[in-house]
Amino acid sequence: MSKLKMPVRNPGVDMTPMVDLFSLLLTFFMLTTSFRPQEVVQVDTPSSVSEKTTPEKNVITLFISKDNKVYFNIDNGEDTSSHVRSNLLKQIGEYYRIEFTKEELNTFGKFSSFGLPMNQIKTWLNTKDSKERDAMQSGIPMDSTDNQLQMWIHFARLNNPNAEAAIKGDFDSDYKTVKKIFDILQDKKVNKFNLTTNLEKVEVKAKDIQ
Amino acid sequence: MAEIIESGGGKKHGGKKRPKKHSTHVDMTPMVDLFSLLLTFFMLTTAFSKPKVMEIVLPEKLTEEEQKKIERPKVDDSKVLNIILEDDKAYWYNGMADPKKPLPVIEITDFSKDGIRKVLLKRNKELYVKMDAFTQDIVKGKLKMPKDSVDKKLKQFKKEDKAGPVVLIKAGENVKYGNLVDIIDEMAICNIARYAIVDISPVELQMLAAAKGTATASTPTSNETK
Repeated sequence: MSKLKMPVRNPGVDMTPMVDLFSLLLTFFMLTTSFRPQEVVQVDTPSSVSEKTTPEKNVITLFISKDNKVYFNIDNGEDTSSHVRSNLLKQIGEYYRIEFTKEELNTFGKFSSFGLPMNQIKTWLNTKDSKERDAMQSGIPMDSTDNQLQMWIHFARLNNPNAEAAIKGDFDSDYKTVKKIFDILQDKKVNKFNLTTNLEKVEVKAKDIQ
Repeated sequence: MAEIIESGGGKKHGGKKRPKKHSTHVDMTPMVDLFSLLLTFFMLTTAFSKPKVMEIVLPEKLTEEEQKKIERPKVDDSKVLNIILEDDKAYWYNGMADPKKPLPVIEITDFSKDGIRKVLLKRNKELYVKMDAFTQDIVKGKLKMPKDSVDKKLKQFKKEDKAGPVVLIKAGENVKYGNLVDIIDEMAICNIARYAIVDISPVELQMLAAAKGTATASTPTSNETK
């Protein structure tokens, strides 16, 4: 008798189910994904029981960092072709007598939150390295003598009157700063604020009340 | 890793010529590579939980002329509950601080579960129980209602409420933003119908200083009793 021969097996693995699964998951993630927006500062928001979600469009966001610096962001509104951000920079540039080139306006349209005094914006826009750019951010001045934040909000409201105000403050930022921002916004006829918070669950039992 | 298929078929049966059978399998390895790469990328960049917001509406700023025209709502002093935020603590007292009358007693508490919440719930018991019973019915399915009308109903409860306190929140100079959010959040938890954020008055600053003085004086004794 001849030697027992093992049948030659096909070494390939059938990957079809794996591919099926992967493509399914991939489609799911691609469709549900909403990218985390880039933020200039790390902000630890306080928590609340509110379950209302942040509006996605038409928002003026004000970030308040731990050291009470204020950063600003506005999105392009419902219709991205309206170029809210570029127009905003153009107008505010005219106000402060700074002229921006078309490229600079375009780059500004693509960036997100920022916090710099007006005279540095031009250099900021022309800096290619993102790390260098982040290092430049020192907050928007809002002293009574040079209240640039007020101007930003003013022109932002002009460009997108539907925009809501969202305030993303750090737990440890001072109430004084936040109050100042409330005041500035109220001067510009914004009376409704969305305070960004983390969700926390709180249970109160009715029988516990004395 | 192309598939090896022994294509021996064809000539065994008779002399008929058949076209060589090609493998129908496609090598999927690169595809899987790419997919897993993209999948990982999307999984890591996805922000699933959208941040939540707490909405507050502040009264419109009025000029002095406009202020004169508006009639301020009269509030019964006994209903007023004042909360003063200062140094990570909540100070509270009932009624109005009038310098001509004897000043109300100020008490110190904190933002924990047994702190200011207990005070608020005690004052707002009637409304809280009513609203809690209603929401429990909704949760348990005893009552079926669309979400809008639930919200409307809850708002109506707050509007009709007469017994609950009017809370005045006063934030001092060195208060953290987080504490303000905490206290507004407590209003939401305790279903407080009416509250406002107002400025601190000079009388209250005096009261606060006095309360702080007694608090620091009494802390060593309270430590001893422990």
